[in-house]
Amino acid sequence: MKTLLEVRNLVVRYGERTVLEVEHLAVAQGEVLAVIGPNGAGKTTLLLALARLVRPAQGEILFRGRPLSPRDDHEYRRHLALVLQEPLLLSASVFDNVALGLRFRGLSRAEIARRVETWLEKLGIGHLRDRPATQLSGGEAQRVSLARAFVLQPDLLLLDEPFGALDPPTRSGLLEDLQSLLAETGQTTVFVTHDLDEALMLGDRVAVLLGGRLRQVGPPEQVFAEPADPEVAAFVGVETIVAGRVVASEEGRAIVEVNGLHLEAVGELPPGREVLFCLRPEDVTIWLKGEVPSTSARNRLSGTIKRLTPQGPLLRVVVDCGFTLTAFVTRASAREMNLREGMEVIASFKASAARLIPR
Amino acid sequence: MRLIWEGILNAVQLLLSSDPEIWQITLLSLRVSGLATIISLIIGLPLGTVLALGRFPGRSFLLSLVNTGMALPPVVVGLVVCIFLWRNGPFGFLNLIYTPAAIVIAQTIIATPVVTGLTAAALQQLDPLLRLQLLGLGASHLQMVLALWWEARLPLLAALMAGFGSVISEVGASMMVGGNIKGQTRVLTTAIVLETSRGEFARAIALSILLLALAYMVNLTLTWIQQRGARQ
Repeated sequence: MKTLLEVRNLVVRYGERTVLEVEHLAVAQGEVLAVIGPNGAGKTTLLLALARLVRPAQGEILFRGRPLSPRDDHEYRRHLALVLQEPLLLSASVFDNVALGLRFRGLSRAEIARRVETWLEKLGIGHLRDRPATQLSGGEAQRVSLARAFVLQPDLLLLDEPFGALDPPTRSGLLEDLQSLLAETGQTTVFVTHDLDEALMLGDRVAVLLGGRLRQVGPPEQVFAEPADPEVAAFVGVETIVAGRVVASEEGRAIVEVNGLHLEAVGELPPGREVLFCLRPEDVTIWLKGEVPSTSARNRLSGTIKRLTPQGPLLRVVVDCGFTLTAFVTRASAREMNLREGMEVIASFKASAARLIPR
Repeated sequence: MRLIWEGILNAVQLLLSSDPEIWQITLLSLRVSGLATIISLIIGLPLGTVLALGRFPGRSFLLSLVNTGMALPPVVVGLVVCIFLWRNGPFGFLNLIYTPAAIVIAQTIIATPVVTGLTAAALQQLDPLLRLQLLGLGASHLQMVLALWWEARLPLLAALMAGFGSVISEVGASMMVGGNIKGQTRVLTTAIVLETSRGEFARAIALSILLLALAYMVNLTLTWIQQRGARQ
């Protein structure tokens, strides 16, 4: 895929303190890059630097292969749309707020009206068109903020924790709508969040930012399953994440097909829905082949041990059972079972241990 | 009490009799203070914006200077303007002393810090992220400032009202640089001082009623615009 935006050796300092140091980051045309990290990791600074709204101490940003100079900033920002955690709406009507960026660009009244109406409908806020923005709920205001960004049809959409201030039900509704809008428009997006589920749900790739430095960038499955270093592992938590599809759903449990295997999980998703099947290694139990697992776990998979890696007092067991699954066992259990690489084992886990993230 | 009551009755008669001098004084007051307010707005709005949004050395010092200027005593302004416009003064050749223009200059000096300081305060109350948000939606710097003015329009109108209020009611500077010349530089406040010193309480009360009515009407208009904005 073509690279839209590229960052090289970017350093941002606030006074003497270096808050961001990014050696290299590229955003491909049409992809959603989720930048995750704890509070204070420099996520917002990175986003503002990408929008050229904070001045870097050094480094360069290339847009469509061309390095940007401060003289280009305004013209460059006309290709972007920024959504912050707070909607920051003007005290005007919803329509006027959504029209704001288009008016900055000097579009005709008719064109503005046409585009604003379209995006108000797409965000499900057509009925709020003439309402003063000061009278909106948090979720409605954030929808207006998203409409105000999407209506610009930007080359690059920058989202800074847009759901951070919302209550869980409002957040999940908006998150699903955003997911389908991103898929529908193929919008190139950099999405900053500290919420791993949001990153998994929206991101084509995930970048982990810790202490102002990018520690790992890759597909979510890879970042979560194979963290680059212990700090990344501590932040993301090692997880087995595999893509699958819901094939049946009843009584609050879903059957998910993963690489031809049928796995059971708790969840209310409709059949046909693409999902990420997520499992934490401490929830997986390893049995020797031939043993009859004395467990109520609904999922039992045969596989071969690919790798054994010590991790503190535990042993990390990577099992190939049609997909790569990671489990933790104590060193004592590993000794008792005499676990070795290449050995055939059974891995089991409860349906309630698996998490399904809709994609 | 009788004095006040009689004064009010006489004042009403005087107002109804449409004394041309009283109306000339009223109109001059409105013109001079209105013009001074408009000029102070033209200077104070951009200056207050730069002080609120800019980051440059000496900014805090300038802000403190402007805030001190909000309490500038009109007589001190009158004295300084007098010295500058005096026949032997640096701008004496302009022959402005004891003209309405001199009053406009003095009142502009009084109103500008008020408008500037309140503009800066109004813009500083806005969320600092709003600026980044506007730029992040593709606004030019001018468009960003216009949007911020729009967002702060209620306190900005209050700044305008305070600016007008500070000059329509001042007497010291107008007296000193205007000279209170009948038919030329006599405004409502200087006329009230004169009539009171003469013991012409009825005329003084009539002029006071006109001054209050004028201030009320101007502020009523601005408040109406402001509140219409608030409802929107």
